[in-house]
Amino acid sequence: MTTAVTVDLREAEQFLYREARLADAFALEEWEALWTDDAVYHVPVDPDADPRTHMSIVFDNRGRIATRIKQLQTGRRHSQRPPSRLCRSVTNVEVLGADGGDTVVGSVVQVLESRDRGTTWWVGRVTHHLRRVDGELRMAAKTVVLVDADRALPTMSFLL
Amino acid sequence: MTTVDVDPARTDPLADRIRSLVLPDRVHGSIYTDPDVYARELERIWYATWVYVGHASEVPEPNDYVRKTIGPQQVVMTRDKTGAIHVLHNRCSHRGNLVCDADRGNAGSFRCPYHGWTFANTGDLLGFPFNQGYGGSRARAELPGLGVVPRVESYRGFVFASLAVDGPTLREHLGAAAERLDRLCRLSPEGEVELTAGWVKHEVTANWKMLVENETDGYHPQFVHSSIFSISGSGIGALYSDKSTAVTRALGGGHTENDLSPEFRRLGVPMGWAGTPEAKIPDYVAAMRATYGSETADEIMINGSPHVMIFPNLFVAEIQLFQIQPLAVDRTVQHVTAIQFAGAPDLNRRLVTQCVGSVGPAGMLLADDAEMYERNQRGVAQRQPEWLDLTRGLHRERVDDDGHTIGTATDETSMRAMWRHYRELMT
Repeated sequence: MTTAVTVDLREAEQFLYREARLADAFALEEWEALWTDDAVYHVPVDPDADPRTHMSIVFDNRGRIATRIKQLQTGRRHSQRPPSRLCRSVTNVEVLGADGGDTVVGSVVQVLESRDRGTTWWVGRVTHHLRRVDGELRMAAKTVVLVDADRALPTMSFLL
Repeated sequence: MTTVDVDPARTDPLADRIRSLVLPDRVHGSIYTDPDVYARELERIWYATWVYVGHASEVPEPNDYVRKTIGPQQVVMTRDKTGAIHVLHNRCSHRGNLVCDADRGNAGSFRCPYHGWTFANTGDLLGFPFNQGYGGSRARAELPGLGVVPRVESYRGFVFASLAVDGPTLREHLGAAAERLDRLCRLSPEGEVELTAGWVKHEVTANWKMLVENETDGYHPQFVHSSIFSISGSGIGALYSDKSTAVTRALGGGHTENDLSPEFRRLGVPMGWAGTPEAKIPDYVAAMRATYGSETADEIMINGSPHVMIFPNLFVAEIQLFQIQPLAVDRTVQHVTAIQFAGAPDLNRRLVTQCVGSVGPAGMLLADDAEMYERNQRGVAQRQPEWLDLTRGLHRERVDDDGHTIGTATDETSMRAMWRHYRELMT
């Protein structure tokens, strides 16, 4: 079902920039609050495969997003101790269309991650499903297709 | 004065060094960092013993193929038109080009993109363009085909290969570990595992042996994984505690396991080991009871899945299967997939979901294991105190009814056994 786009490019960009800033800063509660109750966070290995029957790098429903955040909050998530130093840019933002009441927004993300291990450059195409809930913009779905998703990847335990 | 005759051809300084670095109760840090040791591991272990390559279900149809690895070696596992499985080196016999670049597919032959030489999926040379340059097509008999891995055998669909022409059979190599694969397969109402869920590949900056040791180290979960255990209400932590009735077992041949089944039996709930109530997977439970009868089916579903490390590279951890691939002395890739049981679609979906949450670069368990491997690798490069201690539980080791050495859930029985086998292979 496709209905009208309800979020314009400017508002979508502002949302994506804010989300990026919160994730970089490990502002965990604020980042978590951006999701809708039925949210899906997906980092596939193969974007054409069914994530219910195939392996993904991340495939979180709303409950598991909460678990991921809580794990970071314990302070004992060793792969984030100390936290990665992150800086990401979000570019190529386009409003791609509508899906039900959601506005579908495409973008490109590039993240520089610095750890003791070394520096990793994570790059991928992102699709957000944005929805207005009680007047506030929220993400109902976020899919990040990494350029090298099907290759061997180092640990990636920050919020992509 | 006595003199010792030394036959120069029989001295092996590296073997002497390795003997001094791998002791029954400790190993030296350099065993994880020395490029000469790594080079010998490739020759003596990865290119000599049986190494897990793939599963028959990854090439279900005639002419299916899938790219796989034996350590740093790139190979192609093929099923020919008669159904036989081959493991071929991915290297053209003409100029050395990679002949297969797709990850998987279906093809009776492979054509090298460089000069068009063509090979059957058995490795045989089929053709070479402008063949007059070789005196005509009859040169086919003299020109080489693809390198064929000389020994390929499978057990319950698990395909192993050995680059050595001679050696023990796969069954001899597996020894008691074979029964653990039986135990895994029994969890399918059709008695078979299928690896159809695809792979996540996780690269770590660590020596491969760090991973092998960790797989059946029952001492670390409470510490490395406390973050997730504390918030998810997972019962895994308790399995690896001082109170646990689980045992760590040396199966011979460097194979080891954490046998959690005593704890699963104590729990006594079918599929309790998987944390999945029967009511959520009624079709699976019904199929199991139809196949095995209620009593046996319940026993199988209570006992659960194995947690076994088959040396050097196959790790079955209840619901997931890992394949360890060394790339360099300090680089290793862990390939992982969710185990899928033939005839169990409702269970399989849950296993994918559970597995994806746990493993891989972002996994709530494995990301932290990987962090430990990498910290360890940086640690052992430091000069003091040189040795890694392996004494945990040495004083309380026992021999079980099957003649296997066992320790408690958190003892380092498995590591000592792995190193004993390693020393034999390497010296």
